Amino acid sequence: MNTQTSAQALAWIDLANPTRFLTLVERVLPWLVAACVGTFAVGLVQAFFAPDDYQQGATVKIMFIHVPSAWLAMFCWGLMSVAALGTLVWRHPLADVAAKVAAPIGAGFTFLCLITGSLWGRPMWGTYWVWDARLTSVLVLFLMYLGLIALWRTVEDPSRAGRAAAILTLVGAINLPIIKFSVDWWNTLHQPASVFRLGGPTIDASILAPLLWMALAFTLLFLTLHLAAMRNEILRRRVRTLRLMQAHAARGA
Amino acid sequence: MNPLAAVFFRDMRIAVRVGGGALMGVLFFLAVITLVPFAIGPDLALLRRIGPAILWLGALLASLLALDRLFAGDHEDGSLDLILLGRAPLELVVIAKALAHWVTTGLPLVIASPVLGLFLNLEPLAIAAVMLTLLVGTPALTFIGLVGAALAVMLRRGGLLLPVLVLPLAIPVLIFGVSAADAAIVGPVPFGTPLAILCALTLISLVVGPVAAAAALRQGSE
Repeated sequence: MNTQTSAQALAWIDLANPTRFLTLVERVLPWLVAACVGTFAVGLVQAFFAPDDYQQGATVKIMFIHVPSAWLAMFCWGLMSVAALGTLVWRHPLADVAAKVAAPIGAGFTFLCLITGSLWGRPMWGTYWVWDARLTSVLVLFLMYLGLIALWRTVEDPSRAGRAAAILTLVGAINLPIIKFSVDWWNTLHQPASVFRLGGPTIDASILAPLLWMALAFTLLFLTLHLAAMRNEILRRRVRTLRLMQAHAARGA
Repeated sequence: MNPLAAVFFRDMRIAVRVGGGALMGVLFFLAVITLVPFAIGPDLALLRRIGPAILWLGALLASLLALDRLFAGDHEDGSLDLILLGRAPLELVVIAKALAHWVTTGLPLVIASPVLGLFLNLEPLAIAAVMLTLLVGTPALTFIGLVGAALAVMLRRGGLLLPVLVLPLAIPVLIFGVSAADAAIVGPVPFGTPLAILCALTLISLVVGPVAAAAALRQGSE
């Protein structure tokens, strides 16, 4: 396979569709940023005035960051799986861009979830880390994000790395529920319910409303970051293609 | 000869020849198990309690060791291209290669585990339980590792990447392997339940692994 011509051909395909995508991003991004800032303002104010928990005191407010991060950590893998299907099935030129830039963002939210969880665990459980089922499965998710990022960083050619990452993402999507199930099993076997859990099946409306606002704000933040990162990645790939063509011309083709 | 059988016997012959890594895994397994008492002290009661876990961990690491050679040799000498061009379905060829790999690297681990179990002061019943779970579980490790091996070939480098990608996926097998072995010795749950789940994991990986590995090999050949 002649990588030079395929890279050039890819650049020409890239120019047709991503240009329209870039103009779309330029138009949508300011509105998205404004909506994100607005919902964060509402969510943070509501979270600030939300009542303290009668048992946990003010530490319950960590939840307003912790739960949306956990939600996005899972949402991001779902988005990458859809993008992986886009890469393998439809060969959409933007799909592997979307998958590539989603991985670090997803890892970031997973890390935020782990950090806030362990800060919350210190006053509640008396320790920063418990091998609780949920914590453990989020840690495994974090490991898988890091493996995926390592894979992206191993290979120079973006389309080859994209297809490899797509396969790994889909295998991971099949395996994540299995891992979650087995960690739950392992946990109940080794450690009978000794850990204090956030009370009851129902959450009071005074806490639920700010939580939903914060979840919306975090989702908007994710979309904003993702679109901006996709734009940057497209521009980065164009620069790379231009450099390749320049080097090719300089060699005296 | 049937092409799948041909691939199977060819891989077996390559593995046991000079330069093949068939017994390297067992040696590594032995080395890991020998290290453990040095790390945690020669306390026989403690060794007996954590013995199944150590045997499983050693088998997991040992089965990772030879994994990157699964497709790499075929890629280097060009026979992978012939396999890709051949008429036999790639998924089945991949299964044949994985089976040959398991027979030469996974099965020796299972056979060696009773001797190493004696080192760790395990009861005969515990040794039998660990051996049975390893027999059921190591094919799952091979078939999960298959995906990583195919990706490593596709990426042209990735010997270091392979364990990072494969280990998180092997967590369920480790959990149920160890809990089945523990259940046979002390556990509150009956032995059959985790063993059945371990069998299910092996069957799932038997389907998912070859399909994903074949997809990776096809994508890599473009």
